[in-house]
Amino acid sequence: MKKDIACIAAGAVLLVAALIIPEEYVIPRFIVFLLAFIAGGLKVVANAFKGIIHGNIFNENTLMVIAAVGAFCIAEYPEAVFVVLFYRVGEMFEDYAVKKSRNSVKEVMNICPEYATLIEDGKIRKVDPDEVKIGDLISVAAGERVPLDGIVTSGSSFVDTSALTGESVPRAVNESDEILSGCINQNGLLTVRVTKTFDNSTVSRILELVENASAKKSKSEKFITKFAKYYTPIVIAAAVLLAVIPPLVIDGASFRDYIYRALSFLVVSCPCALVISVPLSFFGGIGSCAKQGILIKGGNYIEMLSKADVVVFDKTGTLTKGVFAVKEIKPVGITEEELLEKAVYAENISSHPIAESLREKYGRDIELSKISHAEEIPGHGVKAVIEGEEVLAGNGRLMESCGIPFEKKSGGTIVYVAVDNIFRGSIIISDEIKEDARELVPALKRQGITETVMLTGDEKSSAERVAADIGIDKVHSGLLPDGKVAALEEIMDGKGTKGSTAYVGDGINDAPVLARADVGIAMGALGSDAAVEAADVVIMNDSPLNIAAAVKISKKTMNIARENIIGSLIVKIVILVLCSLNIVQMGVAVFGDVGVMVLAVLNSFRALKSQKTKNQKPNEGKN
Amino acid sequence: MVKKVKLHDLCCANCAAKIEDKVSKVSGVSSVTVNFLAEKMIMDVEEDKLSEIQASVEKIVHKIEPDVVIEYI
Repeated sequence: MKKDIACIAAGAVLLVAALIIPEEYVIPRFIVFLLAFIAGGLKVVANAFKGIIHGNIFNENTLMVIAAVGAFCIAEYPEAVFVVLFYRVGEMFEDYAVKKSRNSVKEVMNICPEYATLIEDGKIRKVDPDEVKIGDLISVAAGERVPLDGIVTSGSSFVDTSALTGESVPRAVNESDEILSGCINQNGLLTVRVTKTFDNSTVSRILELVENASAKKSKSEKFITKFAKYYTPIVIAAAVLLAVIPPLVIDGASFRDYIYRALSFLVVSCPCALVISVPLSFFGGIGSCAKQGILIKGGNYIEMLSKADVVVFDKTGTLTKGVFAVKEIKPVGITEEELLEKAVYAENISSHPIAESLREKYGRDIELSKISHAEEIPGHGVKAVIEGEEVLAGNGRLMESCGIPFEKKSGGTIVYVAVDNIFRGSIIISDEIKEDARELVPALKRQGITETVMLTGDEKSSAERVAADIGIDKVHSGLLPDGKVAALEEIMDGKGTKGSTAYVGDGINDAPVLARADVGIAMGALGSDAAVEAADVVIMNDSPLNIAAAVKISKKTMNIARENIIGSLIVKIVILVLCSLNIVQMGVAVFGDVGVMVLAVLNSFRALKSQKTKNQKPNEGKN
Repeated sequence: MVKKVKLHDLCCANCAAKIEDKVSKVSGVSSVTVNFLAEKMIMDVEEDKLSEIQASVEKIVHKIEPDVVIEYI
């Protein structure tokens, strides 16, 4: 860098000196210009030469050298020196800009642990996280980053998960809790039994996701790469034509004049500004989301999200906490205790949150020997044989389909229980709405979402209660798991607008719906492989507001990418036109090359600037 | 198999795009992306052609950006 500055300064001083020398001293003047050119341009010539040796004739350096040497040949000495000097200055800015953006990317990616402290036979040893095997014990001291996913075997502490989730409140971990790599241990000493290799740990997966996001290119990126392929040859061809044709056709036009104009064309012919700034904008958007715990799997999904006008939600675990609690037990002909026991045993095979809440309420161990048969009936409930009695536990549809008369209840999710085809009562379970959920719909509307829809397997009354509370426009309730795909397709086909449809789910049992939507967003997916796999956008923490944040950042990113494309193109075309009319000099053409590129890169930095949605004002996203 | 390549001192975005384009045409490479910011190339390649692919990749990279140092990771 310092050497570059010295060369440029020397070149500039010599250029000024040469300009002072009166024009009648032709030879000394020429020599000083030549020295200025050598001081400023030797590196450019060397690079051009290197490129040519390797068979890459039309690189940026060669084009500059052709332009400068050409200017020399037609005795435009100051121009020739000016071109190489300005180009070098531009290059320096470019390097700086690229370095700066690389650093901000690194900052986002700076969640990678450098070492793991392995415990072997009571001794500790610092090793590369790669070397640690599943089942090994590692120790994590206060202030250290957890290197691999695992289970805490001793110690308790608070961990800072902000690098993963963007959440600033530390999370408490105790013995036998799961702990994720990338978190920072804040106080106590923890011993962790490793459950995943480094490659499969959360930190590696996140880094990989962010890095590989550039593989899924948006339309704008594809357009730019294609455009760049044709742009350079076309401009070079135009330059050749401009140098040759007008002097032959137009009376009084000199070759010298038109060659000068053509040389300016060569200077503008590199598409670097576009080629770097557009992917950089997308990377910035993806990086800025990653900082808030939102992982976006590619530029194409940013594009889709920015165009979203309908957002479809799953209810449980997405808008509600998914933590169910038994509210009421209403037995018929048996005791409360008996009813709960029947339900718990029947639901034992189910991993549904409802079953969890029953187990929690029951609080005792389940004797598996009592269950002789159990099957899940998707979308209905379960059927099990417990101590010789056939127990049915599930929703109203289950009772109806088995022809069992029952007493309808409302006020939450209801588990109806029948024993040997006789209705034995109901258990009312309710779920809490997430704290941020009520702010979500207004926040989405501010981002231009016109319609919000909720899909749920729950019965109508409890679904509508939740929807009304949050402000969701439409509800499709009582859906079977495969009915969700159909409902989503109906929404997508029926909306008649060009915008895209996003689906937000918890990613555990709605993978097909996530895949079917234009953009599938998985919520609260920290540590869930299935969700990360199925979704296009992964929200690591549990805050629904991050959905609005993702839409907002996507819109901003698309705007920046668009500004860069349109801005750079307009500047380049204007400069080409002005050069061909000889209104501007070659120096301006150099600005058309490196100057535009630096501006575009600086503009795309804006995409990387992370903003919290919580503090946003209306309309803020519309810049 | 997925092969990751670090391209140290990759300094021109257009060159990165050119490298991506050329490498994608090497036989045995089913997909490739060059991440300019991370200075990384990720290729999906046929394992038994690996050594030939690496030779072609080195040639392509040096042709387009002579100063880049290639490191296989």
